[in-house]
Amino acid sequence: MKRFVELYEALDATTSTNAKVEAMRSYFATADSDDAAWAIYFLSGKRMKRLVKRADLKEWLVEVSGYELWMVEECYASVGDFAETVSLLVRHQAAPRPEAMDLSLSGWVEQRLQALGDNDPAKQAQIVKAWWTDLPASMCFIATKLLTGGLRVGVSQLLLAKAIAASSGLPRPVILHRLMGNFVPSAETYEALVDPNTAASDASQPYPFFLASPIEKDPGDLGLRGEWIAEWKWDGIRAQVIRRGGRSYIWSRGEELVTERFPEIEAACASLPDGTVLDGELLAWKDGVLPFSQLQRRLNRKKVSKKLMSEVPIRLVCYDCMEADGLDLRDRPLVERRQRLESLVTDAADASIGLSEIVATETWEELATLRQSARERGVEGLMLKQADSVYETGRKRGSWWKWKIDPYTVDAVLIYAQAGSGRRATLFTDYTFAVWSGKDLLPLAKAYSGLTDKEIARLDRWIRGNTIERFGPVRSVKAEHVFELAFEGINESKRNKSGVAVRFPRILRWREDKRPEDADTLEQVRELLRPDADTSGS
Amino acid sequence: MVIETRKEGLYCKAGDFYIDPVRPVARAVVTHAHSDHARSGNEMYYASPRSEALLRKRLGNQIDFYALPFGEQVRFGDAVVSLHPAGHVLGSAQVRVQAEGEVWVVSGDYKRDADPTCESFEVVPCDTFITEATFALPIYHWPSIDAVVESIHAWWMANRIRGRASVLFCYSLGKAQRVLGALQDLADRPVLLHGAVAPLTQIYREEGIQLAPTDLAVNDRTRRGQDYSQDLIIAPPGANGTPWMRRFGKCSSAFCSGWMQVRGNRRRRGHDRGFVLSDHADWEGLIRTIKETGARRILATHGQSDILVRYLRERGYEADAIRSRFDSARQEDDAESKEEGAKT
Ligand SMILES: [Zn+2]
Ligand SMILES: [Zn+2]
Repeated sequence: MKRFVELYEALDATTSTNAKVEAMRSYFATADSDDAAWAIYFLSGKRMKRLVKRADLKEWLVEVSGYELWMVEECYASVGDFAETVSLLVRHQAAPRPEAMDLSLSGWVEQRLQALGDNDPAKQAQIVKAWWTDLPASMCFIATKLLTGGLRVGVSQLLLAKAIAASSGLPRPVILHRLMGNFVPSAETYEALVDPNTAASDASQPYPFFLASPIEKDPGDLGLRGEWIAEWKWDGIRAQVIRRGGRSYIWSRGEELVTERFPEIEAACASLPDGTVLDGELLAWKDGVLPFSQLQRRLNRKKVSKKLMSEVPIRLVCYDCMEADGLDLRDRPLVERRQRLESLVTDAADASIGLSEIVATETWEELATLRQSARERGVEGLMLKQADSVYETGRKRGSWWKWKIDPYTVDAVLIYAQAGSGRRATLFTDYTFAVWSGKDLLPLAKAYSGLTDKEIARLDRWIRGNTIERFGPVRSVKAEHVFELAFEGINESKRNKSGVAVRFPRILRWREDKRPEDADTLEQVRELLRPDADTSGS
Repeated sequence: MVIETRKEGLYCKAGDFYIDPVRPVARAVVTHAHSDHARSGNEMYYASPRSEALLRKRLGNQIDFYALPFGEQVRFGDAVVSLHPAGHVLGSAQVRVQAEGEVWVVSGDYKRDADPTCESFEVVPCDTFITEATFALPIYHWPSIDAVVESIHAWWMANRIRGRASVLFCYSLGKAQRVLGALQDLADRPVLLHGAVAPLTQIYREEGIQLAPTDLAVNDRTRRGQDYSQDLIIAPPGANGTPWMRRFGKCSSAFCSGWMQVRGNRRRRGHDRGFVLSDHADWEGLIRTIKETGARRILATHGQSDILVRYLRERGYEADAIRSRFDSARQEDDAESKEEGAKT
C-alpha cells in the first residue's frame, strides 16, 4: 500500500503527462501482478461498490475528531472530498504500525476493505476508526478514498496504457485493446494484459472506439468534398457489436457490456459471420428514428419486457467495420472498410441491423443546406470522415469530425448553486437555472461548464454574498443573473416540475445585459418541443 | 463599544482614529504593510518602526508616518494605545486600546508559529479580542516549517536533475522572506527573485534579518539564453501566466500558501506542487490565542468568521462576526495577488 500511496502522490504532484507516465511505468515495472491489477482498476476510475454508508462515516468522524456534526459538515463543504476531510480532521498517530504500511495494495483491498462487510456495524466502526487514527495522513486518505468509492487522479486510459506499454514492452494499441471491457482485478488479469503472446485474446474483447472531434473551422477548408464521406450524426448510443466464437457481444462506449439489454440486436448478430466487429449506433426505431427519450426508456431497464420491446424496438445503424473474417481491418482505409461493412449488412439481411447511409452531395454548400434538415430528420448533424482514414484509437483530431447543428438556446435565471467536485470543490460551480412560469421560477436545467475561470470566481463571490437560504450543500441565491444556456434536445418529462427535460445543457454566456425578468418563460421553452418550431434563437 | 465598525473600517471613538481603514481617513493605525490592511490616502499613518520602510515602499515615500514602538503606551484623545508584535510579517502589530475602563485588542493578521524573520507574537490580555479568522476551520493545521522547507528543497533538487527551473510563487511581502530565511542552510546557489520581491527582501536585510543569498532574475541582454534549469526563482502569484515567465522555458511551478492544505485549491491553481505555509494562525493557533488573552468577548473578522463565532458561542463566549465589504478570506488572497500582479 505504501508504494501505491507514493504512486498516487507522484501523480498528484505533477501536471506533466510525461512525469505521470514515468511514475506509473516505474510502479508497474516492479509491482506484483495482483497489486498492478488493482492499481489499474483504481487508476482507470473504476470503483468498488460502497462498503459503508456515508452517514455512518460522518458519525464516526464526529466521534474520532471530537468536533460537532455541523463543524464536520462545514469542513467537508470546504474541502469537497470526504476522504480528504478525514485525513485533515483526524490527528494521526506519530508512529504508525508498520504492518498496516507494509501490507500490499491487493492485501489492503482484499483482506481489509472487502472483508469489512463480514463484521457487525459496531466492529466496522471500530476497525475504520482505528485505520484513521493509526495510519499516517497520506495513507488514511487513500484507504478512505478506496473505502468510499473511487480515486480520481487525472490519468486518462491512454496515459495508463502508455505506462503499461512502456513497462511491459508491448505496443500501446495491444494494451488499450486488452484494457477494454470487463476488467476483473486479479493477478491473472494483469498477466494476461502483459502477455507477450498477442494471439491469445478474449473473444468478447472490443476495440477502443475512434472518437470524432467537433469541427471548429468551415468544412469547406477541409479540402475537396470528394475526399470526404458524410453521414448523419445519430442521436443514440454508440455501440460496438462483436460476433466471435458463435457468440454475440454488445459494448457501449462506456465500456459496458450491454448485450442483454438489446435482445433483438443480440439475435440479429447471429446472422453475422464469425470474426466480425462492427461500429454503429443503437437507436429507437419504428419506420425511422424515434426521439432519444424513447431510447432512454430501454436504457433504464436491465431486463427488458416483451411489451417494452414492441413499443420501443431497437435498430443498430452501422457505419464501420473493424474486423472481418477475424482480421483486424483498422489499418485499412475507410472506403475499403465501408465496402466490407455494406456486404456484411446486406448478407445478414436482418431488419434490426442497418447501414448508416452516406449523405452524398457534389459540394460542401449542398451539404451545408442538407444539414439544415437535421433536426426534422431526428439527427444531431453530420459526421465528416476522410475517405482514406484509418480507424484510430481514442480522440485523434484530423480525419473524423462531427458537424453538429446549432444547439437550442434559452435565457435562464440562476437560482441555486452548489460547490463543485474534484478540483472545483472549493468553488460554487454547479448551477441550477430556471425559467418563468407566471410569477414563479421553475428549475429547468443544471449546468456546470461554459464559464471562464474568472467568471466562475466572480460568480462564486457573488453567490457567497447573495445566499438566501442554505439547503445542505445547496444554496438558493437571489434571482438576479441571467445566463444563456445551450442544449442538444428537449423532451417531455413528468419527473421535473417544469414538465420538460433538456439534454446536455451547458452555459453559453453570462447575459449581464439582461435582467431576470427578461429571461425566457416555460411557454417559450415548450415551443421548442415541437419539431417544426423556429429555433433560430430566443 | 471602544471600537466600532464604520464604513471606513474599525473606529475608536475615544481616540478618534481608525485601524486598517479601507477608505481614506485622518488618522490610521496600520497593523502591517499588506495591501488589504495598508491603503493609500490617509493623512497620518501610525505603525511599528519596522513597518516604516515597508509602508513607504508600498504607499510612497510621501506618507506622513509616525512610529509607535512596541509596548510603548501613547495617548490618543481619551484612549491609551500601544502596539504589540503579531508575528505575521516584519513589523506586524496588534493594537491594544484602553478606554472607557476596558481593554480591547485588535489582532490584525497573526500567527503563533516560530518565524525568525519577524517579531514573535505576544499574548496581550484583554476584555475584548478582535481576531482574524482567515483559517478558522479545524482542517487547517500547519506542518512544521522545517518539514515544508525540506520538501521545497527536495522539489528544487528533483527539478535540477530533470533540468527544469523551479518557480515558487509566494506573497512578495513576508512569505518570500520567510522562505528565504529558512533556506539559508540549504541553498547552495543564490535564489533568484522577481522584481516585485527583491526590494522588499532588501528592506528585510537592512533590518538585519538573515536570509539566503539572492540575485535578481533579470532579463537583460547579457543573460539572454541564460540557463535557469538549476535555479530556484521566487515570484509573486500575480506573475503566473505573464510574459515574464517565458524566460524560464519549461519549468516546474509551485505555490506556497495555507490554502494549499486543501487539494482542491492546489488543483485549481494548476501548479505542480502546493506547499502548506501560512503567515496566519491555524485553527489551533486561533483557539489557543483566544483562550490565552482571557477575553470574554470575541469579535471575528477576515474569513471564516461565522464558523469561529458559532464554535465559540457553543463554548460560552460572547462572540460575533464583524462584517465589512472586505471581509472574505479569498478576497485577501485575491487582493494581494492582484496588486502584485500589477507590478510585474
Ligand atoms: Zn497580512
Ligand atoms: Zn490580512
